[in-house]
Amino acid sequence: MKFPKLTPKNITQANLSQTFTRRAMVLGAIQGGIGVMLAARMGWISIAENEKYSLLAESNRVNLTLVPPRRGWIIDRHGRPIAKNRTDFRVDIIPDRLQDRERVVGTLAQLLSLAPEDVDRINEELDKAAGFQPVQVSDKLSYDQFAAISVRLPDLPGIAPAQGFSRDYPAGPSVGHLIGYVGVASAKDYEERKDPLLITPGFKIGKDGLERTFEAALNGKPGAKRVEVTARGKVVRELTTRPDTPGKTIQLTIDAGLQEYAGRRLGTQSGSVVVVDCRTGDLLAMASMPSFDPNSFSDGIGHMEWDMLSQDDHVPLRNKTLQGLYPPGSTVKPMVALSFLEAGLSPNETVHCGGAIRVGNGSFHCWRRGGHGAVNMHRGIEQSCDIYFYVMAQRLGMQVIADMARKLGLGQKFPLPYPSQSYGTVPDAAWKKKKYKEDWQVYDTVNATIGQGYMLVNPLQIAMMAARLASGKALMPNLLFGAKRPPAQPLGVSREHLEIIWAAMRDVVNGGGTGGGARLSVPDVLMAGKTGTAQVRRITMAERAGGVRSNASLAFKLRDHALFQGFAPAENPRYAIGTIIEHGGHVDIIQDAPRISGDVMSYLFDPKGAMERLLNYEKNWGGDPFVRQEKQMAAYRAAHGMAPPAPPADNAANSASEARPGAEDAPAAATQADDPPAAPNGNAQEAAE
Amino acid sequence: MSVIPSTVARLPWRVMLLVGAIACFGVTVLYSAAGGSMTPWAMNQLIRFLLFTGMAVVISRVPVELFARMAFPAYGAVLGALVVVELIGGVAGGSQRWINLGFMQLQPSEFMKPVIVLAVARFYARLPVGETRRWTAIWPALVMIGVPWALVLIQPDLGTATMIAAGGVTVMFLAGLPLRLFVGSALAGAAIIPIAFSFLHEYQQKRVLIFMDPESDPLGAGYHISQSKIAIGSGGLWGKGFLQGTQSHLDYLPEGHTDFVFATMSEEWGLVGGVALIAAFMLLFQWGIRVSMRAQDRFSALIAAGLTTTVFFYVAINLMMVMGLAPVVGIPLPFMSYGGSSMLTVMLCIGIILAVDRDSRRGSGAGWR
Repeated sequence: MKFPKLTPKNITQANLSQTFTRRAMVLGAIQGGIGVMLAARMGWISIAENEKYSLLAESNRVNLTLVPPRRGWIIDRHGRPIAKNRTDFRVDIIPDRLQDRERVVGTLAQLLSLAPEDVDRINEELDKAAGFQPVQVSDKLSYDQFAAISVRLPDLPGIAPAQGFSRDYPAGPSVGHLIGYVGVASAKDYEERKDPLLITPGFKIGKDGLERTFEAALNGKPGAKRVEVTARGKVVRELTTRPDTPGKTIQLTIDAGLQEYAGRRLGTQSGSVVVVDCRTGDLLAMASMPSFDPNSFSDGIGHMEWDMLSQDDHVPLRNKTLQGLYPPGSTVKPMVALSFLEAGLSPNETVHCGGAIRVGNGSFHCWRRGGHGAVNMHRGIEQSCDIYFYVMAQRLGMQVIADMARKLGLGQKFPLPYPSQSYGTVPDAAWKKKKYKEDWQVYDTVNATIGQGYMLVNPLQIAMMAARLASGKALMPNLLFGAKRPPAQPLGVSREHLEIIWAAMRDVVNGGGTGGGARLSVPDVLMAGKTGTAQVRRITMAERAGGVRSNASLAFKLRDHALFQGFAPAENPRYAIGTIIEHGGHVDIIQDAPRISGDVMSYLFDPKGAMERLLNYEKNWGGDPFVRQEKQMAAYRAAHGMAPPAPPADNAANSASEARPGAEDAPAAATQADDPPAAPNGNAQEAAE
Repeated sequence: MSVIPSTVARLPWRVMLLVGAIACFGVTVLYSAAGGSMTPWAMNQLIRFLLFTGMAVVISRVPVELFARMAFPAYGAVLGALVVVELIGGVAGGSQRWINLGFMQLQPSEFMKPVIVLAVARFYARLPVGETRRWTAIWPALVMIGVPWALVLIQPDLGTATMIAAGGVTVMFLAGLPLRLFVGSALAGAAIIPIAFSFLHEYQQKRVLIFMDPESDPLGAGYHISQSKIAIGSGGLWGKGFLQGTQSHLDYLPEGHTDFVFATMSEEWGLVGGVALIAAFMLLFQWGIRVSMRAQDRFSALIAAGLTTTVFFYVAINLMMVMGLAPVVGIPLPFMSYGGSSMLTVMLCIGIILAVDRDSRRGSGAGWR
């Protein structure tokens, strides 16, 4: 095979040697050049870009850990804590530092008397865990247990005891709806705020109620801990620590003692009590029972407890004070009477009550079948005679009543720091036209005068009505102690007229009226008030013919609501109260609205006596709300074939806290609830009392 | 003079001091990388270095003639070993680079780096002068280089394959082949790169891509380069001080005692340490090139320059890699990186260059023999 000549040049050994020398020198030059280039490159990285890379090296090395701030307290008007922070002691295992696992876990189990299933859980999590992600042993140690472990630390490598804070509500369920609760931030919260604090272990945010509204103030500023860490996350040493700034304390106008008393005094009933200071509009108590226990909600409740609460017909998850809407029943009668007086009706004019009258096509009955005979305004209120109001309302018209109702705060949305309020309806012709495109009818007026039909209020509005009647001023409710507010304007109602109403209301309780149950047990202090019954079902003609069924024989959901509004002392009003017992039906005298109102009011004048009576009652009710809730839980577990309570696993608690409550899913803004859940829209043909 | 035996006195002290200094610096860096401890790396490395230095001195006394005669048999043996490795790898599955001899693991591709230089040099030394610019001077060399290159590439070991090819081609260049062949091949190579890229393994492609933009994947495949640059860059001019490096001591820098030992060093010794080390290597290469130019015959000249360039490739590729100028290909830094087989290879190269040097000093005049 013949190869083509690559070059015609004649090659000799000498010029090959020359070529080699030349090329070797070129090679050496290239090597030197590359060496210089490498040195230059290194100079560029380490001098020109030194700052950038030093920063990166620092951010590699230093790990900033946030120290969750202590949450601000919520205290009552006297400085007593309603929500505070409890120091908790916890202990975790750091898997990477653990040696001789069997012995360490065994010692822990013995020191903390852990149940076998807890030991199993810990072992299981240790099997799965790797590195420096701690495995929780327990987060509810007593100080003694904590100390016992801390002392033995040198013998227990891998054990990390720590101290943290968790929210504590001493009054438990009694303040559930008032205060709300806290919980671990949800993924959504984090997406919105992008604050790394939200995903710091142990940090909780306000989830409902005041805890949520005042989140910004209560929150405080986190501290920080700078630690040097390895690439695998192992902490080498602490560098600096900046302490946290605790959140601000918030002082409420609430009287913690009264609030708890009111909550407990509601007993086994589903209801709400609101107490207002008649001079300022300060809210002294705002209880809605039964309630969730904010302590267990804040720890993250189990599915079981959540299911139990959401299935309860006493609706413990609804804040009845602000979100419950009820027909006010006869509690509006003093207000209606005042509107008559202001419209020029003489209080002495009488109406004959024969037990029923005809309005249009229908027959409207008085609560007393036999009738009251001749009834003037005083007797009309005292005896709660429906016929008096049916007749007078037809004469004076709906508009005067509706105007007075609004003046006294019914249907009004009060600016309270809660995410969601329902504020009901004061019906009149214009409202009905807009809502139903129908004309106002006489029977609508008749229904409204006795607080039935379209009229709906929440318990706070009932209490505010009582406070405005008692003070003659357009008081506004207030929850923040020492808040700067303009002084309340007079209602523009004659004092003389108010005194007529006060006298009638005094006799409702202390005369021969319908509210005898609300008499105070305090000498020389008289309560003035008005009872009410709100019907939730329609009584048919057939039933009326055969005798109206007693509430006791009805299913819970069909029983009447029992209401009371009033103030004390009757001559010089100081405190006003509004009470609603859902489906109370006046079945149990002790747990009826007047008696509860009387006791709560008595507490303000004689706390000791009132408390003694309550303790006696609670013996029959199966203990205080804490004890009862625990029993209910145990019964619920038994009914669902579950073992007695075991400490909830961490993940279960987390998922529960995310799947949680109604308040968040409820319409955010206060909506005018024109379609009440439990109110009859038809004619209440028989009226209250 | 009389106190020191003449054999000792004739040892090339200057070059051995240079190599010893680099290696001691390496031992110091390994001591720091272990958190201030001679174990597990620094002591082993030191012992290994002394052992291999002894080996190099022994090799330096071997007549160059013997290397010339052994070049083809050695090439055949290493090539055979490469085939065996490939067969075993085919059976065991996955990437196989070594033969287990029981007492040690033999990585034949490592030996191919100096042996290819010897073999190609031997080929050109035996080639009649007049044939140098014919096709017969090219294709056998290309086959000699191409076969082991392909075998190593499919292992797959891109770094070593590149070094084998570069070592062989360097000798071809020195042998006096027409310059336009190299220029033309370089241009053709540039055109072929995109095609070659598509034949790379996925993980190799990824390495190349991430090398282009390491910040695109700082926690994944770009992690090595990112952390290495952070270590070098944060060292600054004077470094953070001995035993003060955070990148290496807190484990952010991966392979801080092997392939990325230069980053470990730079973090603590700064630009000053880096430039000093690069300068030391350059002095070594200068010595190697000078030895080749003084060499007595064509074979000696070709192997001295070729082996020098082989060591140079180690240094250049490694430094480019740790400074983010080349993809991560797993080439260690001579005398510095912890590891036995690369030190063995490099000391083999140094020993052979020493032999050439000794030969030329003893030599009987200039010119080709």
